[in-house]
Amino acid sequence: MSADTLKLLAESFTKILIPGLAMTVPLTIISFIFAVIIAVIVAVIQYAKVPVLSQIARVYIWIIRGTPLLVQLMVGYYGSSALGFKASGFTVAIIVFAINEGAYCAETIRGCLEGVPKGQLEAGYCVGMNYVSIMWHVVLPQAFRTAVPALGNSLISMVKDTSLASNITVAEMFLATRQIAGRTYQFLPLYLEVALIYLLFSTFISYIQRLTEKRLGRFDKTSENEGRS
Amino acid sequence: MALLEVKGLKKGFGDLKVLESVDLTVEKGDVIAVLGPSGSGKTTMLRCINFLETADAGTMTMDGTVYDLANADKKEIAALRRHTGFVFQNYNLFSNKTVLSNVTLGLTSARKMPKAEAKEKAMKMLEKVGMADHANYYPAQLSGGQQQRVAIARSLATDPEIIYFDEPTSALDPELTGEVLETMKSLAESGMTMVVVTHEMSFAKNVSTHVIFMENGVVVEEGPSKEFFENPKEERTREFLRMENIDA
Ligand SMILES: Nc1ncnc2c1ncn2[C@@H]1O[C@H](COP(=O)(O)OP(=O)(O)OP(=O)(O)O)[C@@H](O)[C@H]1O
Ligand SMILES: [Mg+2]
Repeated sequence: MSADTLKLLAESFTKILIPGLAMTVPLTIISFIFAVIIAVIVAVIQYAKVPVLSQIARVYIWIIRGTPLLVQLMVGYYGSSALGFKASGFTVAIIVFAINEGAYCAETIRGCLEGVPKGQLEAGYCVGMNYVSIMWHVVLPQAFRTAVPALGNSLISMVKDTSLASNITVAEMFLATRQIAGRTYQFLPLYLEVALIYLLFSTFISYIQRLTEKRLGRFDKTSENEGRS
Repeated sequence: MALLEVKGLKKGFGDLKVLESVDLTVEKGDVIAVLGPSGSGKTTMLRCINFLETADAGTMTMDGTVYDLANADKKEIAALRRHTGFVFQNYNLFSNKTVLSNVTLGLTSARKMPKAEAKEKAMKMLEKVGMADHANYYPAQLSGGQQQRVAIARSLATDPEIIYFDEPTSALDPELTGEVLETMKSLAESGMTMVVVTHEMSFAKNVSTHVIFMENGVVVEEGPSKEFFENPKEERTREFLRMENIDA
């Protein structure tokens, strides 16, 4: 590797990292928060077998899981302007990512809800609780506990998927990389560099994921001594 | 008037007839042991009278209020459950809650009791079952016997007039059944009305006031415990007692 290339990489590092921190990270976090909210609502609707709404939920999941994310982004981008909304690429990206990831996470959370033993609900009924408060205090927290590893993985793939937002003019770090590469023709080194930064981001999330699991695991057998007085 | 009166309770699962018209009368202060071979419908009976299962037919009178066991709405079910407690074979403690929260949840969430008051009451109940020193543990950190005692405290906390027990000791290692039976015995002595499905003959013989013997979805024999064990009327009962190594 020539000295020039090294110099370019050193200079471009911050030029890629800054849009990463300023765009990729907020795009991921905001979309993921909305995705989880959508997912919980959709999962509970299906778990509770709410009539009509649970059929709508199935259709939503069917469409989202059956079409590519890139296509959804394009449809969202051109669709919103065709409908007369003046939404920025960033806004469209957040909405599309949230709706997309929401469908996948809904399936995860629904599976975890169904994995909570029936006896937990029955015990709640027997001490006089109603369905909503049993869901809130008992079933959802337990389902979340088991969903955390899978949700963490979804978050990691989401960080990576945000690179697709470059296609709808969102100046996140992949677009920044593409622009530098287009100017300098140093494609391979720059793409390796941005790969490394994505790797840093996802490694950081894995670390947070492990911490969360540990904290939530305090009522598990595996963490024998936590939570004792 | 009896505290609880069940009449004509019928329940099937698909083609399988599990309960064929079961009657049950419980007076205040009764401790009723429900005996019978596996599959005779004991659990199903308890579940039906607490609406965990919807019966095919039958009526129930609890404290003067009549309920249709085959057709009750949410409000009626909620009203009925204010009178009852239920202790499960596998405890069913809320696994994401500490021992203390397991007991307070029914008070704060279902009865809107202020937190401090609920906590005080829960601690009293935990003392009763000898688990107050484990208030901050999670269920997974307790032995089966300890979990079951917490489950008993949880159902006691809501001031039920009657508690149903479904084989409370049969998921336990033999050396742990004693502590749970001891807790139940002191409950019985304090005058609590209890219906206990059990395979523990010593409990049925020494603690319960009445015994019901069920087989194939019908009550074969019932009566005061002393009479039931010393002088069973039905041949089938005698056979059952012989198998359980109890001399009639
Ligand atoms: N939800 C269900 N669906 C189908 N069949 C059931 C269901 N619950 C119970 N049964 C059947 O009903 C019959 C009675 O079951 P039940 O659990 O009431 O018996 P039991 O007297 O409590 O037995 P055990 O002493 O083994 O606990 C059994 O044949 C059982 O397989
Ligand atoms: Mg049973």
